[in-house]
Formats: sequence, C-alpha cells, structure tokens
Amino acid sequence: MLLSLNSAYAAPWGQDLLHDINLQLEPGQILGVLGPNGAGKTSLLNLLCGSTSLSRGAYLFGDRPMYEWPILQRARAQAVLPQHSSLNFPYTVEEVVLLGRTPHDSGSAIDAQVVNAVLDATDTQSLRERLYTQLSGGEKQRVQLARVFAQVWRTQDAAQRLLLLDEPTSALDLSHQKLIMHSVRTLADQGCAVVIIVHDFNLAARYTDLCLVLQDGRQRAMGTPTKIFTPDMFREVFAVDVTVSKHPKLDIPLVIQ
Amino acid sequence: MLTISGSPTPCSRSLRARRVLLAFALLLPLCLLLAICNGTVSIGIAETLSAIITFASGGEPSQATVIIGQIRLPRALLAALVGAVLASTGAATQGLFRNPLADPSLIGVTAGASLGASLAIVTAGGSVGGYLGFSLVSVGAFLGGLLTVVLVYRMAQSANGTSVATMLLAGIAVTALAGSIGSLLEYHASNDMLRRISLWRMGGLDGANYPRLLIAGIICTAVLLALPRFAPALNALLLGESEARHLGIDVDRVKWGLITWVAVGVGASVALAGTIAFVGLVVPHIVRLLTGPDHRTLIPACALAGASLLLVADTLARTVMAPSELPVGVVTALIGVPFFISLLRRRYQYGMQ
Repeated sequence: MLLSLNSAYAAPWGQDLLHDINLQLEPGQILGVLGPNGAGKTSLLNLLCGSTSLSRGAYLFGDRPMYEWPILQRARAQAVLPQHSSLNFPYTVEEVVLLGRTPHDSGSAIDAQVVNAVLDATDTQSLRERLYTQLSGGEKQRVQLARVFAQVWRTQDAAQRLLLLDEPTSALDLSHQKLIMHSVRTLADQGCAVVIIVHDFNLAARYTDLCLVLQDGRQRAMGTPTKIFTPDMFREVFAVDVTVSKHPKLDIPLVIQ
Repeated sequence: MLTISGSPTPCSRSLRARRVLLAFALLLPLCLLLAICNGTVSIGIAETLSAIITFASGGEPSQATVIIGQIRLPRALLAALVGAVLASTGAATQGLFRNPLADPSLIGVTAGASLGASLAIVTAGGSVGGYLGFSLVSVGAFLGGLLTVVLVYRMAQSANGTSVATMLLAGIAVTALAGSIGSLLEYHASNDMLRRISLWRMGGLDGANYPRLLIAGIICTAVLLALPRFAPALNALLLGESEARHLGIDVDRVKWGLITWVAVGVGASVALAGTIAFVGLVVPHIVRLLTGPDHRTLIPACALAGASLLLVADTLARTVMAPSELPVGVVTALIGVPFFISLLRRRYQYGMQ
C-alpha cells in the first residue's frame, strides 16, 4: 500500500471542505479525480501532498503518517503540479526542468540524463534553450510537467513515489494530451503512483485505473471507470445527460454527450 | 524509460554565466586600483603599488604612502565591501519577493536606519565619539534598521506562515511611518542638526578608517559568505512558495534566514556609509541580463559587480568636483536612475514580465 486515507476530513479555512474520504492507492496505479467545479478536487490534492492537514481521520503515506515525513524526504517521494504557475523570471526551459532535481543529490551527470529523458517524454527537447517566460501556455504546461516528472523519474530516488497532477492537460492539444498521458502511464508502470485531476471523462476512462468522483467535498463514487461511469452517476453529480457506450476498439467505456 | 539515452548537451548559458563571473572577478582589482590612484592628488600606478607595499610592511612613510595607506585604501576597501553587500542582498531580496523590482529598502531597513541615525543626531547631538570608530549615529542606524525589519517580519507572520505580500505592504507602511517620525524630528532639530541629518542621508564613505573597516569587514564577509548558501532555495522559490515547499525547501526558515542576513548587511552598510541608492536595485538587473536568474552565479557576480560599481561611483564623487566631494549616494542615483529607466523600457526584450 502506497497511501491510504481513512475517513479523512479537511478544513483548511475552518469549515469542512472534505468529508469522510476513504481511499487506498497501490504503487503503479493511476487515480483519476473527477467532479464539478468546487467539488474539492484541488483540496484533496493539497491534503495528499501535505499542504493542508487533516481535521479528522488518518493519512498514511508509505508506512508512516503523512505529518511525520520530513520535508526533504517527502519532496524526494512526491512531486506536485499545481494548476497555475507564477514563474516570471527568465529561466531557460532546461533550468526550470533541472529545478525538479533540487531535492535529490544524485549528481549533475545523472540529473542531466534525467532532464534529457523528461524533455523527450514531454516533447520539449526543442524548447531546451528557450526562455520560459516567452513560451505559449501549452508549452509552459509541458515544461512544468517535465519538471515534476524529473522529480520522481528515477526508481532509485525513493522507495515510494507519488505524482500529483492538477489538470495537467488543460492547455494541451490532442496529440500532446496523448503523449503526456502515455508518459504518465509509463511512469506508473515503473512503480510510481499517480493522482490526476481531469475534466475529460474519456481521458480518465482511457488512462486511469481507478476514479474517484467528488461532489460538495463528499466521495460519491470510487472504482474502475467501467464500474462507476453510469448515466445515473453523470446525471446526479454532473447534471448532464450522457450516453455511456463501449469503446469501439478498447475494453473501456465511452462517454458521449 | 529508465535506461536513459542520449548525451546531455552542455548548457550554453551556465558556461556564459561562468565567463561573466570571471570577467567581474578581473574587473574588481582594476576598479580598486583606479579608486586608489585617483583623487585630488593623482598618483601613478607604479607609485601606488609601491606605496601600498611600503605601507603594509611599515616602511618609511612618504606623502604618497600616507595618502594611500591612511586615506584611500581603507576608503576603497570600505566602498568595495558596502557595494558587494548592497548588490548581493538586492539580488537575494528580489529572489525572495519574486519581484525583479524589489530592493532591500522595501522591507524597511533603510528607512529604519535613517530614523535611527536622525534620532541619534537629534538626541545626542551626534557626538563624534563612540567606540572603535563607531559613532553613536552608526549604532543608531544599525539598530534602527534591525528593529524595523523585526517589526515588519512580525507583522507579516500568521498561523499560516509568513506572507511575502504582507511583508512588502508592512515594509511600505513602516517606511512611511519612519519617514514621518523623521520629519517630526527634523521639525524640532536645530539648523546644524538638520544639515548633519541631510548630509548623512546622502551617504558617504569619507569616514573610512581602519577600525571601521575591521567591523565592516567582519559583518560584510559574514553576509557575503552566508547569502550564496541560500542560492538553491532562492532558485526554487522563483517557481512559487508552495512549489518550493514541494521541492523540499523549508520556506519559512529560508525567509527568516534571508531577511536576517539582508537586515544585518544593509543595516551595517547604511550605518557605515549612509543610504546609497540604486546599487541594490540596478546591479542585480544588469547581472541577471548577463547570467540569467540562477542565484548560484547571480549572487557572487552581483557582489563583484556591486563592489566595482561603488568603487567607480566613489572615485567619481571624489574627483569630479575636487577638492570638494559629492556624496556617493548622489552619484549612484545619478548613474543608476537613467540606466534603470532604460532597463524598464527594455524589460520585455529579455524575457522579464
């Protein structure tokens, strides 16, 4: 077990934003977090990365409670991609990605190899020498993804690895969405667990192992996409009428509006 | 994926940054020599060098040896130290506030030090005495600067950590408060005190002597050695505070550490040389244009460039209207402001937003 939340509540501003969340994640699993705006998806991510603490319940990461993790060791095991980035100093793309190696002391040769690999995995190799501040929104998102990939890339860096992504594909075109999700899948196959907030049901169906559906800070559904993607769930939680059929080529559900 | 292919390409910018660092390291001794050779009495390079050697070995003093050993050498060394501290604390402050327009005076050090100095001048008549060459005015300025920063820092503290934005606003508020209390003091000051206050504010290195240099040397060296240790943390902080935390940086400790060193460094330099404008703001800008924002090279390069700039500015201050002297703060502002405005207009060209 990589992480487990047991009847977790969180109240970062005094009022409960998350109620009674129960979830277990194994190494190598990708968990999709879905829900309407304001459902508590980002609050859950903040809880998982230790930015906000529990008001009730228990959170084990690895074999220890989350709050017992020293900050540096936690950074070696977890990487977080926030929704927005506020970087406005003229770093080159390579420098930004290299910042992902800050918590590790693996030496510059290995760091350079990791940077090279994650630039390939995010199709940012050609941007390497460009200034971050002069990139487009989608390019910036890919560079930030490369940075968090670099932080949890190597199996040797930490016994537990967790990647938390808040809407990582929101600014990406279709082919880059596919590339990034493919890279996330490959990373997961190497033993890194991934929690990813997405709004695209079909992307979730295609790439996640488990989905957690939140509504008003409560856990409404949890399970494989095949199990929980039902027209009733979409009507009750998202207030949309959809048809759920079977993907013509793969054994996954296909959500049609 | 973990069998990583391809050879890492050398980062051209880090190579350039190292060259820039080397160039500044070579520039500094030249500026030092320029500052020592020039003055009301011009002394040739060969004579200057031999005078330094004679002075250092305690040989028979000639007129040149006295001018150089007793007057110009301590003053040049003090200028270099103060310039280095102002520029590197400027770079650190801009990184901490993630704002390229920040400057150590934003957190209230300069205003607090000014108030401390004014208070000392008005209450004690600014007696020249004191201990180890530190006049009461200097002590007042140093304490004033430190107290202001502690005040600003405490104001910005809350249960959720220290907010940099609140610190900035508190700095502005405290600066305004210190300014108005200063004005109140001036209102009640005599003409003689007023002149001393305003002269002190313009800054000057004319009080340089060896006891002062010793104290400056100890404090400034400590600051200059401490700041580069924060470079990796500052690099991560440019991404944002929570991002830095996710990269394993203990952000609150870094903030407290940096603020303390900046306050000590700037407080000491204001105490010893008065307020010297624009070195802390402009030098990091110029250097960042050349090296990029990586603090591992930015901070040492700023220290070298700031030292050189203040040496040149002080040389100009001494020679332009010789035998009378301009306050060095006036010279740095005269050079700095036009330069800064031209930088502001070109910001977008080098990727700053």
